[in-house]
Amino acid sequence: MGSTTETIKLPVGEITVSRKGTGPQLLLLHGGGGSIADHPVVDKLAEKFEVIAPSHPGFNGTKIPDHFDGMPELVHFYLDVLDALDIDNAVLMGISMGGWLAAELASINCARFSKVILVDAVGVKIGGPTDRDIVDVFGIPPDEANKLMYHDPANARDMSTLSDEALAAVAGNRIALGLYTWEPYMHNPKLPQRLHRVTAPTLFLWGESDGLVTTDYGKAYAALIPGAKFVAIPEAGHSPYAEQPEYFVNEVFAFTD
Amino acid sequence: MRTYWFTEDAYHDLPPQDDYESIRVNLPNSNFDPERGHELYNWYLDMWCMAESYGLDLMNNEHHQTATCMVPAAPLMMSILARETSKARLLLLGNPIANRRNPVRVAEEMAMIDVISKGRLDCGFVRGVPYEAAPANRTAHRGSQRMWEAHDMIMKAWTTHDGPFNFEGRWFQSRQINIWPRPYQQPAPPVWVTMGGRSSTTPVAQHKHVGAVFLAGYPRIREIFDGYREDYLKMHGEHAPFDRLAYLGLVFVGETEAKAREGAEKLLWYMSANKVPGYWSNPPGYHPPHIAAQIMKGARGGSGVPLTATLDDQMARGNVFAGTPDQVYEQIKNFWEYSGGFGNMLMMGQAGFVTHEETETSMKLYAKEVFPRLKELEASTTPAEAWEKSKAMEQRDNVPLDGFALEFVR
Repeated sequence: MGSTTETIKLPVGEITVSRKGTGPQLLLLHGGGGSIADHPVVDKLAEKFEVIAPSHPGFNGTKIPDHFDGMPELVHFYLDVLDALDIDNAVLMGISMGGWLAAELASINCARFSKVILVDAVGVKIGGPTDRDIVDVFGIPPDEANKLMYHDPANARDMSTLSDEALAAVAGNRIALGLYTWEPYMHNPKLPQRLHRVTAPTLFLWGESDGLVTTDYGKAYAALIPGAKFVAIPEAGHSPYAEQPEYFVNEVFAFTD
Repeated sequence: MRTYWFTEDAYHDLPPQDDYESIRVNLPNSNFDPERGHELYNWYLDMWCMAESYGLDLMNNEHHQTATCMVPAAPLMMSILARETSKARLLLLGNPIANRRNPVRVAEEMAMIDVISKGRLDCGFVRGVPYEAAPANRTAHRGSQRMWEAHDMIMKAWTTHDGPFNFEGRWFQSRQINIWPRPYQQPAPPVWVTMGGRSSTTPVAQHKHVGAVFLAGYPRIREIFDGYREDYLKMHGEHAPFDRLAYLGLVFVGETEAKAREGAEKLLWYMSANKVPGYWSNPPGYHPPHIAAQIMKGARGGSGVPLTATLDDQMARGNVFAGTPDQVYEQIKNFWEYSGGFGNMLMMGQAGFVTHEETETSMKLYAKEVFPRLKELEASTTPAEAWEKSKAMEQRDNVPLDGFALEFVR
């Protein structure tokens, strides 16, 4: 399916956006691995939606504005993005770190969004101060991270086969992820007190085998949003769209019908 | 020429290296016996006092959550030395101010040490090694920019004497800054900053601060020193004096070559013990993407020298100077001339299992038989002459390098 990619100037900085399909808008906010605009699952989603997939600044080779220190800057940046992209009555989907961003945006103002879908999202603190709700991905070996993030670690990207250029792109995404999530690690302590403002119907989609943020975390997160529904996807880890694309898309279609 | 004697205060009584994943960050502190720690702290303090008695100046530093360095608060160690010593310069290299939350506190601590020691403080500022990102809970991203803003705040705090000012910068904001005490040395204690590559020399030269380089060896020393000297000449219209540059190497002097080699082999513990997995060497934002990618591929994020590099390799590279007094003088002289000259030798004289007796022998031989000749060497030429002579020498790339940041000690 054909897609278009453009870079749009914003009052501060710029955003690179891919679009695919026609229909109601689905704003897809990617996670720490970078944009998934080229992933086959987007073709499936694009059968029903106009999938609008921006790259957060710093991912996929884009520039991080000088004033950015973390997620708060990204959230405010996205208020401009929503204006620039004319987001209206859209399905807001956020994956992992993008789920955190989506939850922040929806808690500020849900008027632009018809539905919210949070996929293995981070962003809140559930347990006590010494509970590691979210595994510190910057403090474990890559193979251990793969075991936690995938139902079948064989589905993980094999870094050893990547060219230097491709690996530098992966490293660049990791740098951006670190910028947005370093401290407080992967969450905003204030977010739980704002989530009651998420008034659009909300679905939590979660890989049942996710070891990075478990289903228990996801269910507790869902309980913070009035009326939110929680669905676990079997035999899928932190990226259920990749490990169980059909199951994933069916759940999305069922929720948005 | 000054020589600053240095040990990194290791806790070296560790289980076999295969039994743990990393000597830094996550090595459980059940491996730290407080009784042994008590002995070691006092042992190291005694060594510094001994170094002063041989006419050397003193250097210390800090790291966190690591057995390679038992000092997580260099100002504490230095404040003891400020009281225990009376003549030596006290170089704290350095305060990891990119990771410090409150630069005002650093300005206060340093001013106190300067006053207690009657103006003997040399105050170093560093960005910090990558493994500090997790213990400090500070993002490594834009660490150098943060370091320089903290530096500006500290300099302003040291040199403002007419009441409070506010500092509201990009990274740090403080109100009513009016430190008590102010420093003993006026207008401010000498400032030292580590330089890891050509890109880091300019602000150091601009401020006329001392630029210190650790273990760059023959392959990289001129890139960095020349960068500093070029910047300094361009910005100030005169050659950088020798005392603006410093080099840290491992030094062991013995009565015989065999004894010296034996001591130097023990000193190499400092490098061989630095077992650190890639994820601690590569916090997001510390290295640019192309270098971060190489570490992800399994390359070592250290000085680029394998942990297992032999003594001969390390000596050929200019990281280690070891031998009889004559040999060590010749080695340092060769490196000094090749580098274009520097006025501060940072002598890592003890590490790992090097005993007190061995340390003293080496220290004494260095102080009595090597150091005086280095002073003569420096006095025999000028910075401009030494630089010209250096430029005429062919580049020596003894050991292949990969351009990684120099992260030992910093």
